[in-house]
Amino acid sequence: MRFGGVVACNDFTAEIKEGQIVGLIGPNGAGKTTIFNVVTGVYKPTAGQILFSPNGIEQHQLTGLSPDKIAKLGVCRTFQNIRLFGELTVLENVFIGNHLRVKSDVFSTVLRLPHYVAEEKRLYEKSLYLLEKIGLQDTKDEKASSLPYGMQRRLEIARALATDPRLLLLDEPAAGMNPQETRELIEFIREIKDEFDLTIFLIEHHMEVIMEISEKIYVLDHGVLIAQGNPSEIQRNEKVVEAYLGVG
Amino acid sequence: MREKNKRHVTLLILALTILGLFLANRFLDPYKVRVINLSGIYVTLGLSMNLINGMTGMFSLGHAGFMAVGAYTVGILTMPITMKEMNFFMQPIVPFLANVEWGFLPALIAAGLISALLGVLIGAPVLRLTDDYLAIATLGFAEIIRVVFTNTQSLTNGALGLKGIPNYTNTWWSWGVALVTIWFISYLMRGTYGKAFLAVREDEVAARAMGINLFKHKVMSFAFGCFFAGVAGGLMAGLLGTIDPNMFRITLTFNILLIVVLGGLGKIGGTIIAAVIVTAGMETLRFLDESMDLGFVQIKGIPGMRMVVFSIILIVAVILREKGLLRRPKGREFTYVKN
Repeated sequence: MRFGGVVACNDFTAEIKEGQIVGLIGPNGAGKTTIFNVVTGVYKPTAGQILFSPNGIEQHQLTGLSPDKIAKLGVCRTFQNIRLFGELTVLENVFIGNHLRVKSDVFSTVLRLPHYVAEEKRLYEKSLYLLEKIGLQDTKDEKASSLPYGMQRRLEIARALATDPRLLLLDEPAAGMNPQETRELIEFIREIKDEFDLTIFLIEHHMEVIMEISEKIYVLDHGVLIAQGNPSEIQRNEKVVEAYLGVG
Repeated sequence: MREKNKRHVTLLILALTILGLFLANRFLDPYKVRVINLSGIYVTLGLSMNLINGMTGMFSLGHAGFMAVGAYTVGILTMPITMKEMNFFMQPIVPFLANVEWGFLPALIAAGLISALLGVLIGAPVLRLTDDYLAIATLGFAEIIRVVFTNTQSLTNGALGLKGIPNYTNTWWSWGVALVTIWFISYLMRGTYGKAFLAVREDEVAARAMGINLFKHKVMSFAFGCFFAGVAGGLMAGLLGTIDPNMFRITLTFNILLIVVLGGLGKIGGTIIAAVIVTAGMETLRFLDESMDLGFVQIKGIPGMRMVVFSIILIVAVILREKGLLRRPKGREFTYVKN
């Protein structure tokens, strides 16, 4: 992926197997978020391709698709700088995540035809369930922007879960969290992975999060993949230590 | 229980509106009835523009253009055949329209549909723009419509305009359409499509990441807005009886924008109240244009004085209540959720 003369990310190959939690780390500006943006269709890669095979049989080419189509195929994400629908309520935020799966057309929503009302009821129940999952059921009618930072991060995850993803991309979910919240987050990620049968790809700077939950880690520096492997391999890798601490 | 109460309140308001209209028709003079008509039309206009600008967050200034399309559609379709011959004396009307004379309802629906269709055609390329760029593009489009209508002599009678459009519009029509608009937009915003419009307004990047097709939803919202703008334009034609391209200048769009801003972007109740206040206010302040005798001093009438006073009132109102007339504690309105 290049922007004019800047190569943000070059020759990055990664394979994420179904059911895995895979981490992506690297110093600031290494191109981690760029990779997320390429996978979710925000940027069109200048070269290369992204293949998505949700059940191992069918294979989707994600390269060049628009973000909404990619989300429909089952790839959803959260954002590094939180992007909630700030003026809307907590419940509405999660509810909107369901919209892409709505089968009724717009006129049956206006006329409130029975099949739509049933569908809407089901989606509200699902949204409420997700809110309960993240412990926000009591603040469901608050404005999303009025929530504390850690809650907003959780709400983003709940909103992404509402889209029924197969692959969930988390961009620094633990950013700005204290150790206690970070521990809870680790538990939470494990929990949703099992319950919703997810595959998770996450960017994180908190090493304890990455090292604890990732089965496989990719390390990126200046847009180039410098190491990959399981947590203990990564911890021992000289190149990784060098990239983070500089050459002594 | 709350749901039931809400329904009762709605029915009560509906009944009061009908009773009010009935009494107004019976006891008020034609001038006042006309103001009531205009209020109803501006409710429709305000809501349709709020759907586009306030709820979906697209800064569109093309409303006058879509109204013009609706007004001319109704004008041409409902005008009696003999009247058409009298109107089009410079150049005869195009043959396929020469012998049509429709009822008011089908003409209004046609006005809405043609306007919405045009909205889709214009929207497809233009809605890819954002903010000020979109505003300029839609503004330009409204001007194009006006210029085109000035020059299509055999279709619109050019700058001469249309005279003798049957005065079908009465308070039942104007407020009936207003109620349908209120109903449509409230229910639309309650459903998932309406929520998706709000999401587009809040954050386009996040909306797309949640699988919302931006283009489809923007065009959809725009088309609905244009539909009601067209219908309201048609009502205007039926009320005034005379239309010409110069009525549909940019100032008309700004009048509606004023209602939307005053009522609060994205708010339904506020828009309705603002539409009535602005329309009635414009008329009640009319005495300011006339010469006044205060006993000790004689003020000569200054035409346009009421606009000055009105603008001052607006500025004060916007400063004091920047989020619209009706400010709710959490900024919520008509978006309640049942559980």
